[in-house]
Amino acid sequence: MTHGFPRHVGKLQGETVTLAHGGGGKAMKDLIDDVFVSAFDNPLLAPLDDAAWLTLPGKQLAFTTDSFVVDPLVFPGGDIGKLAVCGTVNDLAVVGAVPLYLSCAVIIEEGLSLDLLRSVARSMAAAAREAGVRIVTGDTKIVGKHACDKLFITTAGVGAFHPGVALDIRSARPGDVVLVNGMLGDHGAAILAARGDLALDTAITSDCAPLHELVGALLDAAPGTKFVRDPTRGGVATVLNEIAAASGVAIEIDEDRTPLREEVRGFCEILGLDPLYLANEGKIVAIVPSDETEVALAALRAHPFGAAAAVIGRICDGEPGRVTMRTVFGGSRIVDVLVGEQMPRIC
Amino acid sequence: MKYVDEYRDGARAQTLVKAIARLVANIGSTRQRPLQIMEVCGGHTHSIFRYGIEGMLPDCIELVHGPGCPVCVLPMGRIDDCIAIAERPGVIFTTFGDAMRVPGSRKSLLQAKAGGCDIRIVYSPMDALALARRHPDRDVVFFGIGFETTMPSTALTVLQAEREGVANFSVFCNHITIVPTIKAILDSPDLHLDGFLGPGHVSMVIGTTPYEFVAKFYGKPMVIAGFEPLDVLQSIWMVLRQIAEGRCEIENQYARIAPERGNSPALETVARVYELREFFEWRGLGSIDHSGVRMRPEYARFDAERKFTVKGVSIADPKSCQCGEVLKGVIKPWQCKVFGGACTPETPLGALMVSSEGACAAYYQYGGVKRSQAVAGSA
Repeated sequence: MTHGFPRHVGKLQGETVTLAHGGGGKAMKDLIDDVFVSAFDNPLLAPLDDAAWLTLPGKQLAFTTDSFVVDPLVFPGGDIGKLAVCGTVNDLAVVGAVPLYLSCAVIIEEGLSLDLLRSVARSMAAAAREAGVRIVTGDTKIVGKHACDKLFITTAGVGAFHPGVALDIRSARPGDVVLVNGMLGDHGAAILAARGDLALDTAITSDCAPLHELVGALLDAAPGTKFVRDPTRGGVATVLNEIAAASGVAIEIDEDRTPLREEVRGFCEILGLDPLYLANEGKIVAIVPSDETEVALAALRAHPFGAAAAVIGRICDGEPGRVTMRTVFGGSRIVDVLVGEQMPRIC
Repeated sequence: MKYVDEYRDGARAQTLVKAIARLVANIGSTRQRPLQIMEVCGGHTHSIFRYGIEGMLPDCIELVHGPGCPVCVLPMGRIDDCIAIAERPGVIFTTFGDAMRVPGSRKSLLQAKAGGCDIRIVYSPMDALALARRHPDRDVVFFGIGFETTMPSTALTVLQAEREGVANFSVFCNHITIVPTIKAILDSPDLHLDGFLGPGHVSMVIGTTPYEFVAKFYGKPMVIAGFEPLDVLQSIWMVLRQIAEGRCEIENQYARIAPERGNSPALETVARVYELREFFEWRGLGSIDHSGVRMRPEYARFDAERKFTVKGVSIADPKSCQCGEVLKGVIKPWQCKVFGGACTPETPLGALMVSSEGACAAYYQYGGVKRSQAVAGSA
């Protein structure tokens, strides 16, 4: 369990985190051992040295970091821990890297329930196992009441390059197609609903999932794939605008081919939100040359996280940087980048 | 989605588009200028842009996006008043989300929140009342905005607070009325409108008879319209049919929701809680007589205006803004001197650039093919 390093697991006292757990003394050691080391359990983390020694295949590495602040900490389909692992794993996956190692730094507000902290750590460990990555180094800070909102997590990740991959946001060309691997907007809607101030009961769950296998399968099947990105905050609309701007092309998507759950559609209708701007945590947008469309779709659909994959649009000639949508109604509208947050409409 | 998809059917839309083209061909032979139809309500503006309806219409039809977005017509002075209330110790200020970014003379509610005020987005006035119950030691103020559509829900919440004896709940009442506003627009000398799409949701409350004067005294056809894209398209067709047949009436396309005589329990509640103000100030349109309501003296203890002795300062719109001309359809949003330059969704000067229902923001964000041609043409 502790890989030859003597630890004193299970000594943690009390029910909530206090400032004493951040003091650098025994209480802090107990917290780290009991909550994190026992959950993340692996030989690279076990020495708890100032840095972990990693063995990496090949010469080129992908390296990324992301901070996670989410309200509420636990939501249908996941929690901040699963999000913190999947988010960083996915950032590596979409550049064509095989995720290997993660760091985990937490900032905890005093008073956080230890049970909650333990369950977040367990959820990180489970997500890491599913993603085939190890959490090899970390840091813990405790701050006073109101100095942070309950729990913030920062993960960094390194990955090795998927051989033969050269994804480039500038490489989309007219004729290429735009694919997604499934239903859009689930995470954003689930989080909004889980905050509980909407008085709406929904069965929407977050799509939070590690996508490295799915992206690997896509790149194996469609080696001509131009670019992949995970449409998290800002949603698919934002990613499409980034691609259109960087490649100097126009993108046209079709409303009737955009996969949306009925629940998410209804949720957006009631609140006046546009699902194209809702966050996703288990989705990719991929730009694929048209002659690889079918193999790419087949590869995505063969994976459990890609069953509802679809072609939602195409790269076309037209005003560079412009994204438009052909509406179900037969009209056309511009899909622009969002200014600030989406605000629900009054009527 | 049932009761939604039926109203977004592309094939039916094409049938209507063809019927509209035939009508326009009949009318057009005798006209020199475009047919201007104003949709009064922001909800229509939203649908028109979201579904790209403008681009489906013949070029000679111009849709004018009227004053019916309650957020867009809020003058800066009201936002300043909101912030003054929110800055008081112990206040929780609650508002619908789209009022958050409307600029005041110094800052918006969003900026005031970042500066430390406790300002929260709610989805209904009842959410604000619930907050008041949960925080008996705080003063919870609800920013009551909107036309007759939202007036009843605010009034019902006040009555509920009275029944429960919730003393720490009040409403900053900025509700406005549609009829004097339409009249003010019709009285404007530079107006060329040929017809109106009437506000469907306001009519669900007030019915269709209050608009009779539009046809009778001003000679303009009006069709009370629903908000799904087929509703809007069919209503445009109905306005054009009136013009083609030389008729001028108030017709109701939205009869499935809006009854001719309105909703009497809602109207009774409204009459019980509010009284007309002598005038109310609008962004872009100036002061309009009897265009707003305040709480009756019987409900003074739920009236934030009285409770916090709100100053009600009047602050002129920025000189460079042409919101009023846009609201009246005298100019298109992109013809405004500051559109897309000094005034953008990131840094809105006028509220029309703030809400997604505001004509300028809608052009900026959803702008159809016509805008890009117009902007390219003017560059």
